[in-house]
Amino acid sequence: MTIKKICKEQPEHFELTEKNIEKAKKIITNYPEGKQQSAVMALLYLAQSQNENWIPLAAMKYIGKFLNIPYIKVYEVATFYSMYNLSPVGKNFIQVCTTTPCMIRGAYKIVDACKEKISNNENELLEGKNCSWVEVECLGACVNGPMMQINNDYFEDLDKEKTLKILDQILKGNSPKPGSYRGRTNSEPEKNRKTLLDTKNA
Amino acid sequence: MLKLKVNNKDIEIEEGLTVLQACEKAGVEIPRFCYHEKLSIAGNCRMCLVEIEKSPKPVASCAMPATEGMNIKTNTSFVEKSRKGVMEFLLANHPLDCPVCDQGGECDLQDQSLFYGVDKSRYKENKRAVAEKNMGPLIKTQMTRCIHCTRCIRFATEIAGVPELGAIGRGENMEITTYLEKSMESELSANVVDLCPVGALTSKPYVFEARPWELKKTESIDVMDAIGSNIRVDTYGWEVKRILPRINEDINEEWISDKTRYACDGLLNQRLDTPLIKYNNKFDKASWNEVNNIIKAKIKETSSDKICGLTGDLTNMETLFIFKEFFNKCLNSKNLESRNDDVYLNPEKRENYLFNSHINGIEESDFIFLIGSNPRYEATILNARIRKAYLKNKTKIVSSNNVGDLTYHYDFLKGKTGDIKEIVEDKHPLSNIIKLSKKPLIILGQSVLSSNSGRYIFESIKYFLKKNGKINNEWNSLNIISENASTVGSFDLGIFQNNNVSNQVLSNLKNQKYELVFLLGRDNLKFKKKNEFIIYQGSHGDKGAEIADIILPGSAYTEQNGYFTNLEGKLQKAYKASYPPGEAREDWKIINDLAEVVNNKKLFNNREELESSLINYLNLMYEKNNSTKETDVKDLVFENENIIINNIDYYYSNSIARASKTMFKCRNEKTKLESTGTEG
Amino acid sequence: MLRDEDRIFKNLYNDIGSDLNSAKKRGDWSNTKELCAKGREWIISEIKSSELRGRGGAGFPTGLKWSFAPKEIGSRPHYLVINADESEPGTCKDRDILRFEPHKLIEGCLISSYAVNAHKCYIYIRGEYFIEGQKLQKAIDEAYKNNFLGKDACGTGWDLDIYIHYGAGAYICGEETALLESLEGKKGQPRLKPPFPALIGLYGCPTIINNVETIAVVPSILRRGAKWFAALGNPKNTGTKIYCISGNVNSPCNVEEEMGIPLKDLIETHAGGVIGGWENLKAVIPGGSSMPLLPKRICDTIKMDFDSLIAEKSGLGTAGIIVINNDQDIIKCMSRIARFYKHESCGQCTPCREGSGWMWRMLERMAKGEASRDEVNMLMDVTKQIEGHTICAFGEGSAWPVQGLLRHFKKEVEKRNNFNPLVNRNKNIPYLVDQHLLEKKNA
Repeated sequence: MTIKKICKEQPEHFELTEKNIEKAKKIITNYPEGKQQSAVMALLYLAQSQNENWIPLAAMKYIGKFLNIPYIKVYEVATFYSMYNLSPVGKNFIQVCTTTPCMIRGAYKIVDACKEKISNNENELLEGKNCSWVEVECLGACVNGPMMQINNDYFEDLDKEKTLKILDQILKGNSPKPGSYRGRTNSEPEKNRKTLLDTKNA
Repeated sequence: MLKLKVNNKDIEIEEGLTVLQACEKAGVEIPRFCYHEKLSIAGNCRMCLVEIEKSPKPVASCAMPATEGMNIKTNTSFVEKSRKGVMEFLLANHPLDCPVCDQGGECDLQDQSLFYGVDKSRYKENKRAVAEKNMGPLIKTQMTRCIHCTRCIRFATEIAGVPELGAIGRGENMEITTYLEKSMESELSANVVDLCPVGALTSKPYVFEARPWELKKTESIDVMDAIGSNIRVDTYGWEVKRILPRINEDINEEWISDKTRYACDGLLNQRLDTPLIKYNNKFDKASWNEVNNIIKAKIKETSSDKICGLTGDLTNMETLFIFKEFFNKCLNSKNLESRNDDVYLNPEKRENYLFNSHINGIEESDFIFLIGSNPRYEATILNARIRKAYLKNKTKIVSSNNVGDLTYHYDFLKGKTGDIKEIVEDKHPLSNIIKLSKKPLIILGQSVLSSNSGRYIFESIKYFLKKNGKINNEWNSLNIISENASTVGSFDLGIFQNNNVSNQVLSNLKNQKYELVFLLGRDNLKFKKKNEFIIYQGSHGDKGAEIADIILPGSAYTEQNGYFTNLEGKLQKAYKASYPPGEAREDWKIINDLAEVVNNKKLFNNREELESSLINYLNLMYEKNNSTKETDVKDLVFENENIIINNIDYYYSNSIARASKTMFKCRNEKTKLESTGTEG
Repeated sequence: MLRDEDRIFKNLYNDIGSDLNSAKKRGDWSNTKELCAKGREWIISEIKSSELRGRGGAGFPTGLKWSFAPKEIGSRPHYLVINADESEPGTCKDRDILRFEPHKLIEGCLISSYAVNAHKCYIYIRGEYFIEGQKLQKAIDEAYKNNFLGKDACGTGWDLDIYIHYGAGAYICGEETALLESLEGKKGQPRLKPPFPALIGLYGCPTIINNVETIAVVPSILRRGAKWFAALGNPKNTGTKIYCISGNVNSPCNVEEEMGIPLKDLIETHAGGVIGGWENLKAVIPGGSSMPLLPKRICDTIKMDFDSLIAEKSGLGTAGIIVINNDQDIIKCMSRIARFYKHESCGQCTPCREGSGWMWRMLERMAKGEASRDEVNMLMDVTKQIEGHTICAFGEGSAWPVQGLLRHFKKEVEKRNNFNPLVNRNKNIPYLVDQHLLEKKNA
């Protein structure tokens, strides 16, 4: 990952919706008085969710003003953390984990599936498509690898076939079911469970 | 006191020092890039690693507090290996472009790599390239060279008070930039050039001008404002190539304002390099003899009360002194004036026109009250001190007016002289705050002193402070911000007409009472010429020269030795770094020669004689400075009016700055920012 | 195998529901008030004698950490911060606690906050765990509704508010001081220590930072007694631990087991064995990606606890076990981990910023066999130059896996990268030809 690309075409104005302003004000109360800077990360999320999964510069400016902190601080935060998108991404934002535990179990086949179905390049939003994909670092579901995240949901225990099917659903505008795609319960040892059997069978 | 060991040498240090400072006390030098005395500690360059007994890892000495019994080692192979490792990483992605880098020869990385670098790189990957950033007309960036020490960021946020620089991205892609790449909105911005330990931020106007070892370095004093910042003037032949700050903890610490630093290219332009005489509205070249004789003839045909002399903002004290002698002795005239407007001056005592608490005193103060002043533009360095006090002591600051961003928080009043009246009459909440403060700092700007109630405000504030014991031997809370380098010097030398009301010479001039006007570097004159015969002596062809009939080409502050008294009353000497261009001469000499022509006798035989008489005069004046005469406040005229703060055209405030292309660019940049809204 | 009744996380696989009622059935919140009534000193000494060590990676004794907090609240409030920024590759235990055992965590927060005098507790959850965060928020709301949180929480007389703060994708925020920076709304760049957070932490106030698992086991320890907990495992390495077994095993899973269980047992019993059989094992990363890997020889006998692994120059870390079998290219696996660290370096300190990318690029070439023989030793030099020279432990974290590779598989790396750039000029890699030396030779 090089420094995050900032979209050249930027909207002139950005404002949080009234509902989001309410939320933002509530979030600020989570922190002690005068420490409203703490809320900057949450506010960037609000802006991102409001603006189709990406944060325009105008939103950073807005947030800086909203929290009464220098713009550069917001800008620094937005470029430091990898979950803020500074260029448009798909309405369905697909993140494929390819760090070692997932890689060992075939994560790059999922990348292939994404290349096949969505676009050859990462972070590329092709015309008429509702999704884009990106390779990311460990998403913290290693025992369920390989896996991918679509917006907030984790899709686990995948292989190429299953991924292709999920992507087909997404492209058709459906919302496939998140969770394990091999039918196991969460992170239990598949077909080999030896613990807590009483509760399982209860 | 703590006892500890550095390289097996026992030392004692006071508490609260870091290991790095302890090593320095022991005379051991520690290499560093990110650490800087005046900035907060970042501890990120890792160059200052030392070994401390019982610590398995090397320790960053800049960030580690020294403790009792520590055994610090800096000369072991362990330390050397650690530092060499860090150096290799620093150089891994650093371009090998020293031959075309302006920092070459004064680069910390270059210097340190002599000690800790290896002769050839093991880094075989492609080097990182970083896009250049736009940081305005003063700072040239070459971000590939950046070693991410973050000194510039810390300077901008902490000292300059403009949190506009930041590091975006992370890891090896971290980049220093301003928000959306605009220039820094600070009058101290170019100090980051000095702070940058490598060639990432260099001086744009100085690009490829010279190598540091080719330059002649002269320690001197700045004249762009009344602070008297200590500077070093670097010259190459005649040209002043650049101006750098010198450390003076009492005045400018180690910062200088952008105007101090970059107005120097104005010394090359618009220069007056030969005597000129106006015929039919056109200037013709003349010889010194010709002009002196014409002046002599003019003086002979004019009665002495029809002659006046106005002195300028950048004139040194020797010149002022000889000018005064010339007027008193050769012309029998006392019509001398250094003030350019109706600013109120009570010359009974020196404290009436000085910044009495001293610049250092700002940090001791517990309450600061600004009356009719915008210190950010009137005295940039002083404003940085106020910010420092604000950050360090959380000093409460109140201003009579809302003057916009001063880089620190302040409360403001309605901007009426009535507020001040209420305060001095004990009818305002601030009266009590001032009374209860141990070391209040009341700062009066030139703007308020030149208002109609200037006299009332000054005298009544002084009376109020005196009554409440805020003016005593330990602490004098009365402070005046002078705006120009020669203001205090002129007052010390008595170059004013004092009648406590208004500027008599100026009003006479405007009423056409003078026939012969001698402008000694006086440029910012608000006056329409009628039939007066005007002599202008100065260095630049500016407003003063435009209306002159005879021009005597003088020298700028870098071209002659000269004393200046700063706003605190500190006498400092500026040294000759270059020489005047063409036929131009040192200012005192011009007057001395003219005196010889007019009176057949030189005023002084040589420079030494002039200097010693000046110093004698000053010493006498300092001694006499014990007047106990009090002004009666009751009779003073009060007028309830708005306090209007003169808008200072910061980058254009004197003839040198106006001749500077760099200042022109800065001014444009500022107007651009203002018109697009300062929010980027 | 650990007996089921000794397991703390009975709902690890969500068989019985994570809501408050189900949690109560498992014994959560049963006598919180009484536990707190025994006083701060008792809680801390009980945790101390249970020998509980932090579950976040460093294994610092929890009771000791708590005792660093000032005994009385001074002018500054105290904070408890829960580190749920689980980002270490190979680790996904906190995720299951957050979504299936949230009440254990919340109850733990209350007791711990009481013990360290904190009225406010922030739970810093990595941004990707949005769903998990929502589940936790639901549980927090439930707790508030039942007066288990807020004013006079659970009848203890102690006021406690818990807030969730989402991260946004930065591994480094798992480092405690970087986490505090992030919580303050800044970039997650670790702070210099000293001062330590226990005295100057969040907003400059005394702050105790603990991992999710550490806090979630606290109520169970207090309830069942420090003796019970200390009896499990080995001395100084007591209790139970959630192990995450991923990679080339037949049934990757999370499982709670006793501290000190042999690695082989753990893999064979719970994870269904290595794919292709134990003999097909190449190496195991025992504690999340930042711990050096262990070759099969050591895996045969190693016990999974802090001290045993340190003796083998590795570490238990987060107990995220990544199993790599012979079908994998070990250099490629490590190169991918190096890429992870290059991507996640915060960029503050020179060695880590410049070194992590350098290591990755070298390993990438080594995986392809494009590095020269002397570069293998040079890579080791580079890791040594990073290790111990940075502000936080990220330097070690990025250097150790590479060191582990070179320690145990140096021959394999050298075999693949065996050319001498001077003798066998490889035209495909022109930058490896040392021009200086060539000139000398020709002269």
